[in-house]
Amino acid sequence: MRKDVFISGMNCVTPLGFSVEENFENLIAGKSGIERHENEMMPNPYFSAIVDEDRLDAEFAKITASEKYTKLEKMMILALFPIVKKSKSELGKRTAFLLSTTKGNITALESENIEKAQLYDLAQTVADFFGFESQPIVVSNACVSGILAISVAKRLIQSEVYDEAFVVAGDLVSEFVLSGFNSFQAMSDAPCKPYSKNRTGVTLGEATAAVLVTSDTGNAKARILGDGSMNDANHISGPSRTGEGLFLSVESALKEANLGADKIDYISAHGTATPFNDEMEAIAFNRLGLENKPLHSLKGFYGHTLGASGLLETVIGIEALQQNKLIASAGFDEIGVSQNIRVIEKNEDKFLRYFLKTASGFGGCNTAVVFEKEGNFGE
Amino acid sequence: MENKLYIKSYVSIENGQISIDGNVVFESSASNVSDFLKEGLRHFGIQYPKFFKMDNLSKLAFLGSELLLKDQDSPETALLFANSSSSLDTDVTYQESIADKDNYFPSPAVFVYTLPNICLGEISIRHQLKTENSFFIFGAFNPDFFIGYAENLIETGKAENVLCGWTELFKEDYKAFLYLVSDEGKTEHTKQNIELFYTN
Repeated sequence: MRKDVFISGMNCVTPLGFSVEENFENLIAGKSGIERHENEMMPNPYFSAIVDEDRLDAEFAKITASEKYTKLEKMMILALFPIVKKSKSELGKRTAFLLSTTKGNITALESENIEKAQLYDLAQTVADFFGFESQPIVVSNACVSGILAISVAKRLIQSEVYDEAFVVAGDLVSEFVLSGFNSFQAMSDAPCKPYSKNRTGVTLGEATAAVLVTSDTGNAKARILGDGSMNDANHISGPSRTGEGLFLSVESALKEANLGADKIDYISAHGTATPFNDEMEAIAFNRLGLENKPLHSLKGFYGHTLGASGLLETVIGIEALQQNKLIASAGFDEIGVSQNIRVIEKNEDKFLRYFLKTASGFGGCNTAVVFEKEGNFGE
Repeated sequence: MENKLYIKSYVSIENGQISIDGNVVFESSASNVSDFLKEGLRHFGIQYPKFFKMDNLSKLAFLGSELLLKDQDSPETALLFANSSSSLDTDVTYQESIADKDNYFPSPAVFVYTLPNICLGEISIRHQLKTENSFFIFGAFNPDFFIGYAENLIETGKAENVLCGWTELFKEDYKAFLYLVSDEGKTEHTKQNIELFYTN
Protein backbone atom coordinates (compact mmCIF):
# COMPACT_ATOMS: atom_id res chain seq x y z
CA MET A 1 0.00 0.00 0.00
CA ARG A 2 1.40 3.36 -1.00
CA LYS A 3 1.28 6.16 1.49
CA ASP A 4 -1.42 8.80 1.25
CA VAL A 5 0.10 12.20 0.58
CA PHE A 6 -1.55 15.54 1.35
CA ILE A 7 -1.23 19.24 0.80
CA SER A 8 -1.39 20.93 4.20
CA GLY A 9 0.04 24.47 4.36
CA MET A 10 -0.49 26.83 1.39
CA ASN A 11 0.44 30.42 0.62
CA CYS A 12 1.07 32.75 -2.31
CA VAL A 13 2.51 36.18 -3.10
CA THR A 14 0.99 37.80 -6.18
CA PRO A 15 -0.17 41.19 -7.48
CA LEU A 16 -3.55 40.26 -5.93
CA GLY A 17 -2.23 39.77 -2.43
CA PHE A 18 0.25 38.34 0.02
CA SER A 19 -1.93 35.57 1.45
CA VAL A 20 -4.34 32.96 0.10
CA GLU A 21 -7.26 34.78 1.78
CA GLU A 22 -6.42 38.13 0.19
CA ASN A 23 -5.93 36.52 -3.22
CA PHE A 24 -9.16 34.56 -3.04
CA GLU A 25 -11.20 37.61 -2.00
CA ASN A 26 -9.83 39.54 -4.96
CA LEU A 27 -10.55 36.68 -7.36
CA ILE A 28 -14.13 36.42 -6.11
CA ALA A 29 -14.44 40.18 -6.55
CA GLY A 30 -13.29 39.77 -10.16
CA LYS A 31 -10.20 41.90 -9.66
CA SER A 32 -7.34 41.32 -12.09
CA GLY A 33 -3.65 41.89 -11.37
CA ILE A 34 -2.94 42.72 -15.01
CA GLU A 35 -2.04 46.32 -15.85
CA ARG A 36 -0.58 48.28 -18.73
CA HIS A 37 3.14 49.02 -18.45
CA GLU A 38 5.43 51.25 -20.39
CA ASN A 39 9.14 51.00 -19.65
CA GLU A 40 12.58 50.15 -21.00
CA MET A 41 11.89 46.38 -20.84
CA MET A 42 9.90 46.50 -24.08
CA PRO A 43 9.95 48.74 -27.15
CA ASN A 44 6.15 49.15 -26.91
CA PRO A 45 3.67 49.37 -24.01
CA TYR A 46 2.61 45.95 -22.78
CA PHE A 47 0.29 44.27 -20.28
CA SER A 48 1.54 42.21 -17.36
CA ALA A 49 0.80 41.41 -13.71
CA ILE A 50 3.60 42.79 -11.51
CA VAL A 51 4.16 42.50 -7.75
CA ASP A 52 4.52 45.97 -6.18
CA GLU A 53 8.08 46.37 -4.83
CA ASP A 54 7.20 48.86 -2.09
CA ARG A 55 4.66 46.54 -0.56
CA LEU A 56 7.03 43.60 -1.02
CA ASP A 57 9.81 45.40 0.84
CA ALA A 58 7.45 46.45 3.61
CA GLU A 59 6.18 42.88 4.08
CA PHE A 60 9.71 41.48 3.89
CA ALA A 61 10.97 43.93 6.52
CA LYS A 62 8.46 42.37 8.95
CA ILE A 63 10.31 39.05 8.88
CA THR A 64 13.96 40.08 8.54
CA ALA A 65 16.15 43.16 8.55
CA SER A 66 18.41 41.68 5.87
CA GLU A 67 18.31 43.44 2.50
CA LYS A 68 20.64 41.17 0.55
CA TYR A 69 17.88 39.32 -1.29
CA THR A 70 16.60 39.72 -4.86
CA LYS A 71 12.94 40.42 -5.59
CA LEU A 72 12.28 36.79 -6.45
CA GLU A 73 14.07 35.54 -3.32
CA LYS A 74 12.01 37.89 -1.13
CA MET A 75 8.79 36.69 -2.78
CA MET A 76 9.77 33.03 -2.33
CA ILE A 77 10.80 33.50 1.31
CA LEU A 78 7.57 35.39 2.07
CA ALA A 79 5.49 32.64 0.45
CA LEU A 80 7.21 29.91 2.46
CA PHE A 81 7.55 31.78 5.76
CA PRO A 82 4.12 31.20 7.39
CA ILE A 83 4.03 27.56 6.24
CA VAL A 84 7.47 26.73 7.64
CA LYS A 85 6.64 28.54 10.86
CA LYS A 86 3.29 26.82 11.37
CA SER A 87 4.72 23.36 10.62
CA LYS A 88 7.25 23.51 13.47
CA SER A 89 9.35 21.18 11.32
CA GLU A 90 13.02 20.80 12.19
CA LEU A 91 13.84 20.92 8.45
CA GLY A 92 16.20 17.98 8.84
CA LYS A 93 17.43 15.36 6.38
CA ARG A 94 13.95 13.77 6.04
CA THR A 95 12.46 17.08 4.92
CA ALA A 96 12.79 17.91 1.23
CA PHE A 97 12.99 21.41 -0.16
CA LEU A 98 11.76 21.75 -3.74
CA LEU A 99 11.94 24.93 -5.74
CA SER A 100 10.38 25.28 -9.14
CA THR A 101 11.18 28.02 -11.59
CA THR A 102 11.94 28.50 -15.25
CA LYS A 103 14.23 31.53 -15.21
CA GLY A 104 14.98 32.19 -11.52
CA ASN A 105 17.27 35.21 -11.04
CA ILE A 106 17.81 35.57 -14.79
CA THR A 107 18.11 39.36 -14.50
CA ALA A 108 21.53 38.78 -12.85
CA LEU A 109 22.81 38.20 -16.41
CA GLU A 110 22.19 41.88 -17.13
CA SER A 111 25.18 42.57 -14.87
CA GLU A 112 26.99 39.45 -16.10
CA ASN A 113 26.66 37.78 -12.70
CA ILE A 114 26.63 34.14 -13.87
CA GLU A 115 26.74 32.61 -10.39
CA LYS A 116 23.69 34.58 -9.22
CA ALA A 117 21.78 33.42 -12.30
CA GLN A 118 22.36 29.74 -11.44
CA LEU A 119 19.13 28.12 -10.28
CA TYR A 120 20.88 26.09 -7.58
CA ASP A 121 22.24 29.35 -6.13
CA LEU A 122 18.68 30.68 -5.86
CA ALA A 123 17.52 27.46 -4.23
CA GLN A 124 20.42 27.41 -1.77
CA THR A 125 19.84 31.07 -0.86
CA VAL A 126 16.18 30.41 -0.02
CA ALA A 127 17.07 27.11 1.71
CA ASP A 128 19.70 28.83 3.87
CA PHE A 129 17.23 31.50 4.98
CA PHE A 130 15.18 28.77 6.66
CA GLY A 131 17.99 26.32 7.40
CA PHE A 132 16.90 23.31 5.34
CA GLU A 133 19.47 20.53 5.78
CA SER A 134 18.72 18.47 2.68
CA GLN A 135 20.10 19.37 -0.75
CA PRO A 136 17.55 21.58 -2.56
CA ILE A 137 15.79 20.01 -5.55
CA VAL A 138 15.08 22.44 -8.38
CA VAL A 139 12.35 21.48 -10.83
CA SER A 140 12.85 23.32 -14.13
CA ASN A 141 10.52 21.84 -16.68
CA ALA A 142 9.17 24.90 -18.49
CA CYS A 143 5.59 25.93 -17.71
CA VAL A 144 4.62 22.69 -15.96
CA SER A 145 7.34 23.18 -13.29
CA GLY A 146 5.00 24.44 -10.56
CA ILE A 147 2.50 21.60 -10.73
CA LEU A 148 5.17 19.01 -11.53
CA ALA A 149 6.89 19.92 -8.24
CA ILE A 150 3.81 18.65 -6.33
CA SER A 151 3.94 15.40 -8.24
CA VAL A 152 7.69 15.05 -7.57
CA ALA A 153 7.20 15.76 -3.86
CA LYS A 154 4.47 13.14 -3.64
CA ARG A 155 6.57 10.54 -5.45
CA LEU A 156 9.60 11.13 -3.24
CA ILE A 157 7.46 10.83 -0.10
CA GLN A 158 5.88 7.61 -1.39
CA SER A 159 9.38 6.26 -2.17
CA GLU A 160 10.23 7.06 1.47
CA VAL A 161 13.15 9.26 0.47
CA TYR A 162 11.51 12.01 2.57
CA ASP A 163 8.62 12.37 5.05
CA GLU A 164 7.55 15.83 3.95
CA ALA A 165 8.44 18.43 1.34
CA PHE A 166 8.25 22.21 1.35
CA VAL A 167 7.64 23.34 -2.22
CA VAL A 168 8.02 26.88 -3.50
CA ALA A 169 7.56 28.07 -7.07
CA GLY A 170 8.26 31.44 -8.62
CA ASP A 171 9.13 33.45 -11.68
CA LEU A 172 9.39 37.15 -12.49
CA VAL A 173 8.49 39.27 -15.46
CA SER A 174 11.84 40.27 -16.99
CA GLU A 175 13.09 41.78 -20.20
CA PHE A 176 14.45 38.30 -20.95
CA VAL A 177 11.05 36.56 -21.01
CA LEU A 178 9.09 39.53 -22.37
CA SER A 179 11.39 39.81 -25.40
CA GLY A 180 11.32 36.04 -25.88
CA PHE A 181 7.54 35.67 -25.92
CA ASN A 182 7.39 38.79 -28.08
CA SER A 183 9.84 37.22 -30.56
CA PHE A 184 7.39 34.32 -30.87
CA GLN A 185 4.65 36.90 -31.56
CA ALA A 186 2.84 35.23 -28.68
CA MET A 187 2.09 38.36 -26.61
CA SER A 188 -1.44 39.70 -26.31
CA ASP A 189 -2.01 43.39 -27.03
CA ALA A 190 -4.64 43.45 -24.24
CA PRO A 191 -5.11 41.53 -20.96
CA CYS A 192 -5.22 37.89 -22.06
CA LYS A 193 -8.55 36.19 -22.79
CA PRO A 194 -8.24 32.41 -22.29
CA TYR A 195 -10.55 30.28 -24.49
CA SER A 196 -12.13 33.39 -26.01
CA LYS A 197 -12.77 33.85 -29.70
CA ASN A 198 -11.06 37.22 -29.28
CA ARG A 199 -7.87 35.93 -27.65
CA THR A 200 -4.62 37.14 -29.16
CA GLY A 201 -1.99 35.56 -26.95
CA VAL A 202 -0.21 35.51 -23.61
CA THR A 203 0.00 38.11 -20.86
CA LEU A 204 3.00 37.52 -18.60
CA GLY A 205 2.83 37.78 -14.84
CA GLU A 206 4.91 37.21 -11.73
CA ALA A 207 4.11 35.39 -8.52
CA THR A 208 5.34 32.90 -5.98
CA ALA A 209 3.40 30.13 -4.28
CA ALA A 210 4.30 27.59 -1.64
CA VAL A 211 2.83 24.42 -0.16
CA LEU A 212 3.71 21.75 2.36
CA VAL A 213 3.35 18.24 0.95
CA THR A 214 3.28 15.59 3.65
CA SER A 215 2.09 12.14 4.65
CA ASP A 216 0.93 13.60 7.98
CA THR A 217 -2.88 14.00 8.09
CA GLY A 218 -2.78 16.90 10.57
CA ASN A 219 -3.90 20.16 8.86
CA ALA A 220 -4.42 18.27 5.58
CA LYS A 221 -6.47 20.31 3.09
CA ALA A 222 -6.41 17.99 0.09
CA ARG A 223 -5.14 14.55 -0.83
CA ILE A 224 -3.00 14.04 -3.95
CA LEU A 225 -4.77 11.16 -5.66
CA GLY A 226 -2.80 10.75 -8.87
CA ASP A 227 -0.53 12.48 -11.32
CA GLY A 228 1.06 12.16 -14.74
CA SER A 229 3.62 14.14 -16.76
CA MET A 230 3.75 12.88 -20.32
CA ASN A 231 5.49 14.36 -23.32
CA ASP A 232 3.76 15.09 -26.63
CA ALA A 233 6.79 13.83 -28.62
CA ASN A 234 5.60 16.20 -31.31
CA HIS A 235 7.15 19.70 -31.29
CA ILE A 236 9.48 21.65 -28.98
CA SER A 237 7.68 25.01 -29.18
CA GLY A 238 4.09 24.16 -30.07
CA PRO A 239 1.48 21.91 -28.49
CA SER A 240 0.34 18.67 -30.09
CA ARG A 241 -2.68 19.22 -32.36
CA THR A 242 -4.36 16.18 -30.83
CA GLY A 243 -3.54 17.07 -27.22
CA GLU A 244 -1.81 13.71 -26.94
CA GLY A 245 0.55 14.43 -24.03
CA LEU A 246 -2.15 16.20 -22.01
CA PHE A 247 -4.59 13.38 -22.74
CA LEU A 248 -2.07 10.78 -21.58
CA SER A 249 -1.14 12.81 -18.48
CA VAL A 250 -4.77 13.15 -17.32
CA GLU A 251 -5.41 9.50 -18.14
CA SER A 252 -2.40 8.46 -16.07
CA ALA A 253 -3.47 10.68 -13.15
CA LEU A 254 -7.07 9.37 -13.18
CA LYS A 255 -5.87 5.77 -13.40
CA GLU A 256 -3.65 6.17 -10.36
CA ALA A 257 -6.48 7.97 -8.55
CA ASN A 258 -8.77 5.08 -9.49
CA LEU A 259 -11.33 7.71 -10.41
CA GLY A 260 -13.59 8.04 -13.44
CA ALA A 261 -13.49 11.29 -15.42
CA ASP A 262 -17.17 11.77 -14.50
CA LYS A 263 -16.19 12.27 -10.84
CA ILE A 264 -14.15 15.43 -11.49
CA ASP A 265 -15.99 18.47 -10.10
CA TYR A 266 -13.82 21.19 -11.54
CA ILE A 267 -10.76 21.75 -13.76
CA SER A 268 -8.17 24.48 -13.32
CA ALA A 269 -6.65 24.32 -16.79
CA HIS A 270 -3.58 25.95 -18.30
CA GLY A 271 -5.37 28.41 -20.64
CA THR A 272 -2.51 30.64 -21.78
CA ALA A 273 -4.78 32.29 -24.36
CA THR A 274 -2.54 31.48 -27.31
CA PRO A 275 -4.62 30.16 -30.22
CA PHE A 276 -2.90 26.74 -30.28
CA ASN A 277 -2.71 26.03 -26.56
CA ASP A 278 -6.37 26.65 -25.77
CA GLU A 279 -7.47 24.69 -28.83
CA MET A 280 -5.23 21.77 -27.88
CA GLU A 281 -6.70 21.69 -24.36
CA ALA A 282 -10.27 21.70 -25.68
CA ILE A 283 -9.42 18.71 -27.89
CA ALA A 284 -7.75 16.81 -25.05
CA PHE A 285 -10.62 17.47 -22.59
CA ASN A 286 -13.13 16.25 -25.18
CA ARG A 287 -11.12 13.10 -25.78
CA LEU A 288 -11.19 12.54 -22.01
CA GLY A 289 -14.95 13.08 -21.67
CA LEU A 290 -14.33 16.18 -19.52
CA GLU A 291 -15.98 18.69 -21.87
CA ASN A 292 -18.92 19.35 -19.53
CA LYS A 293 -16.85 19.91 -16.40
CA PRO A 294 -16.64 23.50 -15.11
CA LEU A 295 -13.24 24.83 -16.15
CA HIS A 296 -11.30 28.03 -15.79
CA SER A 297 -7.91 29.50 -16.49
CA LEU A 298 -6.55 31.91 -13.88
CA LYS A 299 -4.26 33.55 -16.45
CA GLY A 300 -6.84 36.33 -16.95
CA PHE A 301 -6.17 37.39 -13.33
CA TYR A 302 -2.46 36.67 -12.89
CA GLY A 303 -1.12 36.45 -16.44
CA HIS A 304 1.13 33.51 -17.21
CA THR A 305 3.48 33.22 -14.24
CA LEU A 306 5.53 30.49 -15.98
CA GLY A 307 7.18 28.15 -13.45
CA ALA A 308 4.96 29.53 -10.67
CA SER A 309 1.65 29.13 -12.50
CA GLY A 310 0.98 25.45 -11.80
CA LEU A 311 1.58 25.78 -8.08
CA LEU A 312 -0.23 29.12 -7.72
CA GLU A 313 -3.26 27.76 -9.58
CA THR A 314 -3.21 24.63 -7.41
CA VAL A 315 -3.20 26.73 -4.23
CA ILE A 316 -6.20 28.71 -5.51
CA GLY A 317 -7.88 25.49 -6.66
CA ILE A 318 -7.55 23.85 -3.25
CA GLU A 319 -8.90 27.02 -1.63
CA ALA A 320 -11.84 26.80 -4.08
CA LEU A 321 -12.45 23.21 -2.85
CA GLN A 322 -12.39 24.42 0.75
CA GLN A 323 -14.82 27.25 0.07
CA ASN A 324 -16.98 25.33 -2.45
CA LYS A 325 -16.71 28.16 -4.95
CA LEU A 326 -16.15 28.15 -8.70
CA ILE A 327 -14.36 31.27 -9.88
CA ALA A 328 -15.30 32.82 -13.23
CA SER A 329 -12.59 32.60 -15.90
CA ALA A 330 -11.43 36.22 -16.32
CA GLY A 331 -11.29 37.56 -19.87
CA PHE A 332 -13.70 34.98 -21.26
CA ASP A 333 -16.59 36.12 -23.45
CA GLU A 334 -17.43 34.07 -26.54
CA ILE A 335 -16.15 30.51 -26.91
CA GLY A 336 -13.18 30.43 -29.26
CA VAL A 337 -12.13 26.80 -29.47
CA SER A 338 -13.43 24.31 -32.02
CA GLN A 339 -14.71 21.77 -29.50
CA ASN A 340 -17.08 22.49 -26.68
CA ILE A 341 -15.81 23.05 -23.14
CA ARG A 342 -17.63 24.52 -20.13
CA VAL A 343 -15.77 27.70 -19.25
CA ILE A 344 -17.01 29.13 -15.93
CA GLU A 345 -18.67 32.47 -16.77
CA LYS A 346 -19.97 33.51 -13.36
CA ASN A 347 -18.81 32.78 -9.81
CA GLU A 348 -20.86 29.92 -8.47
CA ASP A 349 -21.34 28.22 -5.10
CA LYS A 350 -21.16 24.47 -5.57
CA PHE A 351 -20.10 21.50 -3.47
CA LEU A 352 -16.63 20.52 -4.73
CA ARG A 353 -14.70 17.39 -3.89
CA TYR A 354 -12.44 16.36 -6.81
CA PHE A 355 -10.30 18.88 -8.63
CA LEU A 356 -8.05 18.41 -11.68
CA LYS A 357 -5.10 20.72 -12.33
CA THR A 358 -3.36 20.65 -15.70
CA ALA A 359 -0.49 22.49 -17.37
CA SER A 360 1.46 22.26 -20.62
CA GLY A 361 4.66 23.83 -21.81
CA PHE A 362 7.55 24.19 -24.22
CA GLY A 363 9.45 21.00 -24.89
CA GLY A 364 6.09 19.22 -25.34
CA CYS A 365 5.64 18.73 -21.59
CA ASN A 366 2.29 18.30 -19.83
CA THR A 367 1.33 17.60 -16.22
CA ALA A 368 -1.98 16.64 -14.62
CA VAL A 369 -2.70 16.13 -10.93
CA VAL A 370 -5.98 15.03 -9.33
CA PHE A 371 -6.79 16.28 -5.82
CA GLU A 372 -9.53 15.32 -3.38
CA LYS A 373 -10.69 17.66 -0.66
CA GLU A 374 -9.79 16.21 2.71
CA GLY A 375 -12.78 15.43 4.88
CA ASN A 376 -15.53 12.95 5.58
CA PHE A 377 -18.19 12.93 2.89
CA GLY A 378 -20.47 10.30 4.39
CA GLU A 379 -19.12 7.22 2.61
CA MET B 1 11.29 -2.67 -4.22
CA GLU B 2 9.83 -6.08 -5.02
CA ASN B 3 11.71 -6.66 -8.23
CA LYS B 4 15.35 -5.82 -8.53
CA LEU B 5 16.32 -3.10 -10.94
CA TYR B 6 19.48 -2.96 -13.01
CA ILE B 7 21.64 -0.53 -14.89
CA LYS B 8 21.33 -1.99 -18.36
CA SER B 9 23.94 0.20 -20.02
CA TYR B 10 25.64 3.58 -19.52
CA VAL B 11 27.32 6.28 -21.57
CA SER B 12 29.83 8.97 -20.62
CA ILE B 13 30.73 11.99 -22.72
CA GLU B 14 33.57 14.15 -21.40
CA ASN B 15 37.07 15.41 -22.20
CA GLY B 16 36.66 14.76 -25.92
CA GLN B 17 35.81 11.11 -25.34
CA ILE B 18 32.65 9.04 -25.60
CA SER B 19 32.48 5.73 -23.79
CA ILE B 20 29.81 3.06 -23.58
CA ASP B 21 29.79 0.76 -20.54
CA GLY B 22 33.24 2.02 -19.62
CA ASN B 23 34.85 1.39 -23.04
CA VAL B 24 36.03 4.37 -25.07
CA VAL B 25 34.28 4.20 -28.44
CA PHE B 26 35.13 7.63 -29.85
CA GLU B 27 37.82 10.22 -29.27
CA SER B 28 38.22 13.61 -30.84
CA SER B 29 40.73 16.43 -30.76
CA ALA B 30 38.09 18.99 -31.82
CA SER B 31 38.89 22.37 -30.32
CA ASN B 32 35.34 23.10 -29.12
CA VAL B 33 32.36 21.22 -27.75
CA SER B 34 30.13 22.02 -30.70
CA ASP B 35 32.54 20.43 -33.24
CA PHE B 36 33.19 17.49 -30.93
CA LEU B 37 29.47 16.67 -30.65
CA LYS B 38 29.00 17.00 -34.43
CA GLU B 39 31.94 14.67 -35.05
CA GLY B 40 30.47 12.23 -32.57
CA LEU B 41 27.12 12.21 -34.36
CA ARG B 42 28.84 11.51 -37.71
CA HIS B 43 31.10 8.85 -36.23
CA PHE B 44 28.08 6.81 -35.16
CA GLY B 45 26.38 7.33 -38.53
CA ILE B 46 23.34 9.05 -36.99
CA GLN B 47 21.29 10.83 -39.65
CA TYR B 48 19.18 13.53 -38.01
CA PRO B 49 19.14 16.99 -39.63
CA LYS B 50 17.31 18.55 -36.62
CA PHE B 51 20.46 17.95 -34.56
CA PHE B 52 22.20 20.88 -36.22
CA LYS B 53 19.66 23.47 -35.06
CA MET B 54 19.81 22.35 -31.42
CA ASP B 55 21.76 24.21 -28.75
CA ASN B 56 24.81 22.50 -27.28
CA LEU B 57 22.97 21.19 -24.20
CA SER B 58 20.37 19.48 -26.39
CA LYS B 59 23.10 18.14 -28.69
CA LEU B 60 24.92 16.64 -25.72
CA ALA B 61 21.78 15.07 -24.24
CA PHE B 62 20.59 13.91 -27.65
CA LEU B 63 23.87 12.21 -28.57
CA GLY B 64 24.10 10.46 -25.21
CA SER B 65 20.53 9.19 -25.39
CA GLU B 66 21.01 8.07 -28.99
CA LEU B 67 23.80 5.71 -27.97
CA LEU B 68 21.64 4.13 -25.25
CA LEU B 69 18.31 3.99 -27.06
CA LYS B 70 19.41 2.98 -30.58
CA ASP B 71 19.27 -0.76 -29.95
CA GLN B 72 16.61 -0.82 -27.27
CA ASP B 73 13.83 1.50 -28.26
CA SER B 74 10.96 0.95 -25.90
CA PRO B 75 7.98 3.30 -26.05
CA GLU B 76 7.68 2.92 -22.27
CA THR B 77 10.97 4.64 -21.42
CA ALA B 78 10.70 7.67 -19.11
CA LEU B 79 13.25 10.48 -19.16
CA LEU B 80 14.77 11.70 -15.88
CA PHE B 81 17.44 14.35 -16.46
CA ALA B 82 19.31 16.90 -14.39
CA ASN B 83 22.32 19.19 -14.46
CA SER B 84 23.73 22.11 -12.53
CA SER B 85 23.84 24.97 -15.05
CA SER B 86 20.29 24.59 -16.42
CA SER B 87 20.19 26.24 -19.87
CA LEU B 88 22.54 29.04 -18.81
CA ASP B 89 24.82 28.45 -21.81
CA THR B 90 22.01 29.49 -24.18
CA ASP B 91 20.62 32.04 -21.69
CA VAL B 92 23.89 33.98 -21.95
CA THR B 93 23.72 33.91 -25.76
CA TYR B 94 20.10 35.08 -25.66
CA GLN B 95 20.86 37.83 -23.12
CA GLU B 96 23.58 39.16 -25.46
CA SER B 97 21.00 39.35 -28.26
CA ILE B 98 18.82 41.75 -26.23
CA ALA B 99 21.48 43.66 -24.26
CA ASP B 100 22.37 46.17 -26.95
CA LYS B 101 19.33 48.17 -28.05
CA ASP B 102 21.07 49.25 -31.25
CA ASN B 103 21.80 45.66 -32.13
CA TYR B 104 18.64 44.03 -30.80
CA PHE B 105 17.80 40.68 -32.34
CA PRO B 106 15.83 38.36 -30.01
CA SER B 107 15.30 35.13 -31.92
CA PRO B 108 12.56 32.60 -31.16
CA ALA B 109 14.88 29.84 -32.38
CA VAL B 110 17.36 30.76 -29.62
CA PHE B 111 14.76 31.67 -26.97
CA VAL B 112 13.11 28.23 -27.04
CA TYR B 113 16.40 26.67 -25.92
CA THR B 114 16.51 28.88 -22.81
CA LEU B 115 14.73 26.04 -20.98
CA PRO B 116 16.70 22.97 -19.88
CA ASN B 117 13.87 20.51 -20.57
CA ILE B 118 13.85 21.26 -24.30
CA CYS B 119 16.44 18.50 -24.72
CA LEU B 120 13.83 16.07 -23.33
CA GLY B 121 11.42 17.23 -26.02
CA GLU B 122 14.09 16.60 -28.67
CA ILE B 123 14.77 13.07 -27.39
CA SER B 124 11.03 12.35 -27.03
CA ILE B 125 10.37 13.41 -30.63
CA ARG B 126 13.28 11.35 -31.96
CA HIS B 127 12.19 8.16 -30.18
CA GLN B 128 8.44 8.88 -30.02
CA LEU B 129 8.51 8.70 -26.23
CA LYS B 130 5.08 9.87 -25.05
CA THR B 131 6.23 9.19 -21.52
CA GLU B 132 7.03 10.71 -18.13
CA ASN B 133 9.74 13.34 -18.48
CA SER B 134 11.25 15.82 -16.06
CA PHE B 135 14.32 18.00 -15.69
CA PHE B 136 15.95 18.98 -12.39
CA ILE B 137 18.81 21.20 -11.26
CA PHE B 138 21.28 20.32 -8.49
CA GLY B 139 24.53 21.96 -7.44
CA ALA B 140 26.17 18.56 -8.03
CA PHE B 141 25.19 15.10 -9.31
CA ASN B 142 22.68 13.64 -6.85
CA PRO B 143 22.48 9.81 -7.14
CA ASP B 144 20.08 9.43 -4.17
CA PHE B 145 17.50 11.54 -5.92
CA PHE B 146 17.90 9.72 -9.24
CA ILE B 147 17.52 6.33 -7.54
CA GLY B 148 14.43 7.26 -5.54
CA TYR B 149 12.65 8.90 -8.45
CA ALA B 150 13.53 6.24 -11.06
CA GLU B 151 12.41 3.44 -8.73
CA ASN B 152 9.15 5.23 -8.05
CA LEU B 153 8.42 5.57 -11.79
CA ILE B 154 8.91 1.86 -12.36
CA GLU B 155 7.30 0.68 -9.11
CA THR B 156 4.13 2.68 -9.74
CA GLY B 157 3.88 1.43 -13.33
CA LYS B 158 4.40 4.93 -14.76
CA ALA B 159 7.30 3.57 -16.86
CA GLU B 160 8.98 0.29 -17.74
CA ASN B 161 12.47 1.75 -18.09
CA VAL B 162 13.97 5.05 -17.09
CA LEU B 163 16.68 6.82 -19.04
CA CYS B 164 18.56 8.82 -16.41
CA GLY B 165 20.85 11.60 -17.54
CA TRP B 166 23.22 14.05 -15.91
CA THR B 167 23.88 16.46 -18.76
CA GLU B 168 25.96 19.43 -17.63
CA LEU B 169 27.17 22.02 -20.10
CA PHE B 170 28.29 25.63 -19.77
CA LYS B 171 30.44 27.11 -22.52
CA GLU B 172 33.33 24.66 -23.04
CA ASP B 173 32.81 22.73 -19.78
CA TYR B 174 30.64 19.69 -20.18
CA LYS B 175 30.00 16.23 -18.82
CA ALA B 176 27.24 13.83 -19.75
CA PHE B 177 26.54 10.61 -17.87
CA LEU B 178 23.47 8.67 -18.95
CA TYR B 179 22.26 5.26 -17.90
CA LEU B 180 19.26 3.09 -18.57
CA VAL B 181 17.40 1.63 -15.59
CA SER B 182 15.45 -1.52 -16.35
CA ASP B 183 14.38 -4.81 -14.78
CA GLU B 184 17.00 -6.59 -16.85
CA GLY B 185 20.77 -6.28 -16.86
CA LYS B 186 23.84 -7.42 -14.95
CA THR B 187 24.69 -4.43 -12.77
CA GLU B 188 22.40 -3.75 -9.82
CA HIS B 189 20.80 -0.31 -9.61
CA THR B 190 22.62 0.86 -6.48
CA LYS B 191 24.16 4.12 -5.35
CA GLN B 192 27.57 2.49 -5.24
CA ASN B 193 27.38 1.32 -8.85
CA ILE B 194 26.01 4.61 -10.11
CA GLU B 195 28.75 6.58 -8.36
CA LEU B 196 31.39 4.19 -9.69
CA PHE B 197 30.19 4.60 -13.29
CA TYR B 198 29.79 8.37 -12.87
CA THR B 199 33.40 8.88 -11.76
CA ASN B 200 34.96 6.41 -14.22
